[in-house]
Amino acid sequence: MADTIHLEVARYSPESDAVPHLQTFEVPFRKDWVVLDALNYIKDKKDGSLTYRWSCRMGICGSCGMLVNGEPKLTCATFLADYAPAPVRIEPLRNFPVIRDLVVAMNDFMRKLQRMKPWLIRKEEKPVSAGEYLQTPEELDIFKQYSMCINCMLCYAACPVYGLDPLFAGPAAIALAQRYNLDSRDEGAKERFPVLSQHDAIWGCTFVGECTRVCPKNVDPAGAIQQYKLTAAIDWVKSVLLPWGGK
Amino acid sequence: MKSTSAPTPYTLNHPRWYRKRVSTYWWFQRPEYLRFVLREVSSVFVAYFVVLTLLQVYMLSRGPLAYGNFLNLLKNPFVIAWNVISLLFVVFHSITWFNLAARAMVVRVGGKRVPGVLISGSNYAAWLVVSAVVAWFLLRG
Repeated sequence: MADTIHLEVARYSPESDAVPHLQTFEVPFRKDWVVLDALNYIKDKKDGSLTYRWSCRMGICGSCGMLVNGEPKLTCATFLADYAPAPVRIEPLRNFPVIRDLVVAMNDFMRKLQRMKPWLIRKEEKPVSAGEYLQTPEELDIFKQYSMCINCMLCYAACPVYGLDPLFAGPAAIALAQRYNLDSRDEGAKERFPVLSQHDAIWGCTFVGECTRVCPKNVDPAGAIQQYKLTAAIDWVKSVLLPWGGK
Repeated sequence: MKSTSAPTPYTLNHPRWYRKRVSTYWWFQRPEYLRFVLREVSSVFVAYFVVLTLLQVYMLSRGPLAYGNFLNLLKNPFVIAWNVISLLFVVFHSITWFNLAARAMVVRVGGKRVPGVLISGSNYAAWLVVSAVVAWFLLRG
């Protein structure tokens, strides 16, 4: 096996470039190296101007999401050995504006996430002296899968709906809204309903399912969205059929 | 770093973000996207079969002559070929949606989530039973 591998890295400098272009780097090939190790090698030894986000190197921080050969991946969990000996193409996440090289602007996602109120909402807050809000393992089990989201935005890069309609709230934001809706300690489902039941939120989703396929934490955002569609539809039927509505 | 075309003026603290437009043919770019678009298109063929069945019932109500003419039309090789293509799409439609049903429906029994295989499986089982009843109804004479 060759002892080096070629990386084709997307470069974009807002000061001088109109469009991004690929730059090829030769890096040592080691079977225990992930794509992020190779990028760090380039930055240390070849070109210090290469710009990308990373932090934890262990699939928790959600910073190092990029396209590896066109597929949204956490570069800290994507081994070069799976692509060798062919060159590996590294590009910034799809569907987001590129700030520089491999760094995308995440403002839009952050705004959408905030609109979902992803925190515990109580009608009345207990005083701290009253103790914790208790929860059984069964109640935890209902939403735990969605709480694994690390906001890496791979699902947004995989979602063609988000690419075509930038107003779409997107997979992770909706999955996280559902994470709190399903939490037994939360009482905010009614507050989230007007945001979630918009055309730009759950009804914008056409169930392509790519978000779930690329998710590195097995969150299944596509499932969360369809489940909420069912909840919203049942609520609507109740509000039409029952005299006391969906109250 | 060489630029591929003349750069527009850069203003300090106002970065020029690069935005890429999604191609009109985005659904050709990945096999997963193509499969999704075919799944969505398949609903047109489902609607076609509904219209065809309603038309058949309507022709039946107009008497044996009209129904006979309609059946002759259905025997046209082009109509048969079209119906075979439609059938393939309808089968694709059913299979993809039955498989997805498990993701949209969360059924809990005794606090545990029922595995997706059982939910899809029950859809397939219902499909098989209904198909068997229809086949028995059509073929018994």
